[in-house]
Amino acid sequence: MKIDAKARYRSSHEYARKEGNLLVAGISDHAQESLGDIVFVELAEVGKVLKQGEAFGVVESVKAASDLYMPVSGKIAAVNEALQGDPALVNRDCYGEGWMVKIEPTVASEWDGLMDAAAYEKEAGAH
Amino acid sequence: MPFIANSDADRKAMLAAIGVKSVEELFADIPEAKRFPKLDLPKGLSELEVTREIEAMAAKNVTASTCAWFLGAGSYNHFIPAAVGALASRGEFLTAYTPYQPEVSQGTLQAIFEYQSMAAELFGMEVVNASHYDGATALAEAVLMAYNHGGERKKVFLPEALHPEYRGVIETYFAAFDVQFVAYEGGPANAAADSATSCVVASYPDFHGQIHDIKAGADKAHAAGALYIVHVDPIMCGILKSPGELGADIVTAEGQALGNAMNFGGPWLGMMGVTAKLMRKLPGRIVGQAQDHEGRRGFVLTLTAREQHIRREKAVSNICSNQGLVMLQTCIYLALMGKGGLAKVAELCWNKAHYAAAEIDKVPGFKVEGGVFFKEFVVRTPVPAAEIVEKLSRRCIVPGLALSKYDGARTHELLVCATEMSTKSQIDLLVSSLKEVIK
Repeated sequence: MKIDAKARYRSSHEYARKEGNLLVAGISDHAQESLGDIVFVELAEVGKVLKQGEAFGVVESVKAASDLYMPVSGKIAAVNEALQGDPALVNRDCYGEGWMVKIEPTVASEWDGLMDAAAYEKEAGAH
Repeated sequence: MPFIANSDADRKAMLAAIGVKSVEELFADIPEAKRFPKLDLPKGLSELEVTREIEAMAAKNVTASTCAWFLGAGSYNHFIPAAVGALASRGEFLTAYTPYQPEVSQGTLQAIFEYQSMAAELFGMEVVNASHYDGATALAEAVLMAYNHGGERKKVFLPEALHPEYRGVIETYFAAFDVQFVAYEGGPANAAADSATSCVVASYPDFHGQIHDIKAGADKAHAAGALYIVHVDPIMCGILKSPGELGADIVTAEGQALGNAMNFGGPWLGMMGVTAKLMRKLPGRIVGQAQDHEGRRGFVLTLTAREQHIRREKAVSNICSNQGLVMLQTCIYLALMGKGGLAKVAELCWNKAHYAAAEIDKVPGFKVEGGVFFKEFVVRTPVPAAEIVEKLSRRCIVPGLALSKYDGARTHELLVCATEMSTKSQIDLLVSSLKEVIK
């Protein structure tokens, strides 16, 4: 299981990482491995405002379909268009080219409530 | 699969596990006098006696095969080649449920795949599912799909002349939704779609048989960012442009006309197709062509992540199922007819309906409504249409549907349908009987 040390995590296996004023979000390596071959990613429209824990999209693999939950509240500032043509980017490089959305956070304190890499590694590793 | 009943020992173990002494004790809540009430049934009959009784009852039915039949209104009397029943009732196919296990069901899965492929060509759509209960539920599912796709868009435009029972089914599906249904008069271009509209529904033709400008409706719906749903007569697709060519995003149809008996209203077949862009929102089963590990062609369910066995409560639909046998009959019918055969059926319908309309229009007091129609049209009658239906039915002529059945204000309107089954002499008989009945 790969962990991005700079990112923070939700127990539903989304990560968020700071990039300037924005947060880059996607699903963890543990999540992509459990889902298997990802065949489709559907993401919310740019400009959509969502609360922490609300669904910003759906990821579909050969064996399951799962909602994607906002790690923090905010506005969708960008979506990774490359996933439309090549959803397997999530399998190959979930923290890099397989990112999903960029979020303009609205509640700064929510970041502190997310698990850091060590805590997430401990929780995900226990499953 | 063998059925193994449980043994006395099994039953004893089960009763012990729940702390009950006997099976009778499980029924203790039902008053003793009510447990085995005397039913007072007549004595049993021999097979011959039963056959005679049932046949006598069946002979009271007014059926399309024994009458001059001009009733349509959603259920259509078309010819069913004998091969449809002969093939569909083969033991390999005939089952109460659709087997989806690819390792044992290649025949059924291939039939579904071929049904989907032919229906997709007919509709001008890229993907067709298998299938829905009937045309009304297919249309309701299509509206639901567009509504969910539309996010905040809560408005749905329905034609004023949509089949009233279809409207009823849609309203039932949406009983607990925050939705606004808006009816529009005439063609779909009259629907004032806006940024709050999830979809515009067009009926092609509408309930009164009228064919409107479908393309103009598509352009207007799309300009507002709404989806465009076209409910079509699949036989008509044999000669007119397909809904897909005219800009539909979702196409639905009642498949009864394609090789299935009217059966007093069911079981029928709900057909639905969509553009490739929408395929992950499409409800229902989809069979795809695949290869096994030796490279041989095979068929499996595909895109199943939309469905309830994976997505549970978030599935696109939890209230649809494949009408396996009816779908199979439709598949056989389409394969038998082919493109040319279907065009011929459609042409016959068109010609006979237009002959009937022209002749009826000549009868003093009767007036055929204007506009373009395919196999069904509205006639204004000099006396209440319901009276005409009642009188002619006694002479074994079913002249159509009195529109007053659904709309109390439409007392003098008769919806008449002719298909390839209507002979010239039957049409002439209808016309001469209309003359007599108003005397």
